[in-house]
Amino acid sequence: MSDAAARPLLEIRGLKKSFGDVEVLKGVDLAVRPSEVVTIIGSSGSGKTTLLRCVNLLEEFQGGAIVLDGETIGYGEAGGRRRRLRDAELSRQRAMTGMVFQSFNLFPHLSALGNVMLGLRKVRRMAKDEARTLAADWLNRVGLGNRLDNVPSQLSGGQQQRVAIARALAMNPKLVLLDEITSALDPELVQEVLSVIRRIAADGATLLIVTHEMRFAREVSDRIVFMEKGRIAEEGPPSEIFGAARSARLAEFLRNSGH
Amino acid sequence: MNYALHFGAVWASFDKLLSGLAIGLGLAVAAVAIGCLLGILSAFASVSKLRLLRMVSGFYVLIIRNTPLLVLVLLAYFALPSAGIRLDKYESFIASLALYSGAYLTEVFRAGLLSVPKGIVEAARAIGLTRLQTNLHVVAPVMLRNVLPSLGNTFIGMFKDSSIAAAIAIPELTFEARKINVDTFRVVETWTVASGLYIAACFTIAFLLRRLERRFPKF
Repeated sequence: MSDAAARPLLEIRGLKKSFGDVEVLKGVDLAVRPSEVVTIIGSSGSGKTTLLRCVNLLEEFQGGAIVLDGETIGYGEAGGRRRRLRDAELSRQRAMTGMVFQSFNLFPHLSALGNVMLGLRKVRRMAKDEARTLAADWLNRVGLGNRLDNVPSQLSGGQQQRVAIARALAMNPKLVLLDEITSALDPELVQEVLSVIRRIAADGATLLIVTHEMRFAREVSDRIVFMEKGRIAEEGPPSEIFGAARSARLAEFLRNSGH
Repeated sequence: MNYALHFGAVWASFDKLLSGLAIGLGLAVAAVAIGCLLGILSAFASVSKLRLLRMVSGFYVLIIRNTPLLVLVLLAYFALPSAGIRLDKYESFIASLALYSGAYLTEVFRAGLLSVPKGIVEAARAIGLTRLQTNLHVVAPVMLRNVLPSLGNTFIGMFKDSSIAAAIAIPELTFEARKINVDTFRVVETWTVASGLYIAACFTIAFLLRRLERRFPKF
């Protein structure tokens, strides 16, 4: 194994995050290797979503460090003091990760094509034709080749979420963050979204997933991380986590999630 | 009542009324265009993280909205020259009305900004758009679509306010009507026709804006 392959793509060290007086992340350490699929599970309020949002720099954090592909993101040092980076730097670093949200968050004034193209044009600075071709290609891959010109309000929840996935992946991010992407969907629409994720995982994308779909997590993940009260309580391959649960708390959580 | 209606005297000068109407429309369009720009900037300032920007915007709205337009117009036309700023009557009126409409539009656009879902702003940031790009390509277009209906009201209001230009002898509709009234003493006829023209113009503006609303998809 070469050094580059051995080096984690994402390394989170001692991450601490508070909202006012409430400490949500109490020192989280987590490393994700290239092409690895890591799923974070845990009850609501355990800090899973906040962790993802910190990695995408949508939240500030007070302690610890996040290193993405060898680059410390979000903060730098100026005169011996830890400082949040400038907007332009943060934007550049955010573009290294892709994020898909629970509530889709498509741009309502743009077509499916326009949603995928915006980042390609403005962030990747692609020519219009090139961006259009790439965007159409991605929408095809998520099964929406016949919906290019529809605006979000003309699409079902599952279709909207697939546009959001195409929007994130077309940017060719090093790491993709999926934040409970099926939680807002009707049950019959969940599978169409999950099957897209299975495919991109098989294609070698590096994924950090937060989900309540335990069966999916078990099947798609290389590693499962169980978070509790702002800490990683347990982690291991799915067979271990879902097999003989080590802590009573994890066993109880899995029981309550129908496992 | 022995008043016999004679519209003939008004029809004879109808072209003057029409040209007055055109001038009024021109003034309103120019003023509202500048006012929109002022309003959008001031609205973004009003929701800014920077206290100074919020204060500037708040102060602007406070001062302008609490001054009658007529006073503003007279101030700009008669008082500014003594401060060394010399504008002709058209320029000074457009400036006054732009400033005035900008203050009202600040509130309209501010409400529009607050109606933009936080999630789409985060999505824009997540794909790497800078704050400015996010405002330009996501926040502003969504906000504009949301405020289109209330924008119509403001446009119509500003067009009617162009009648105040008569106070500084700009030959718009009200000014021309007053002249015809004085020349012919056809009080009822003159002002009836003038009102009719205002109503027709406002109705047309409302109609066009409704069409515009329909052209942009609802979210």
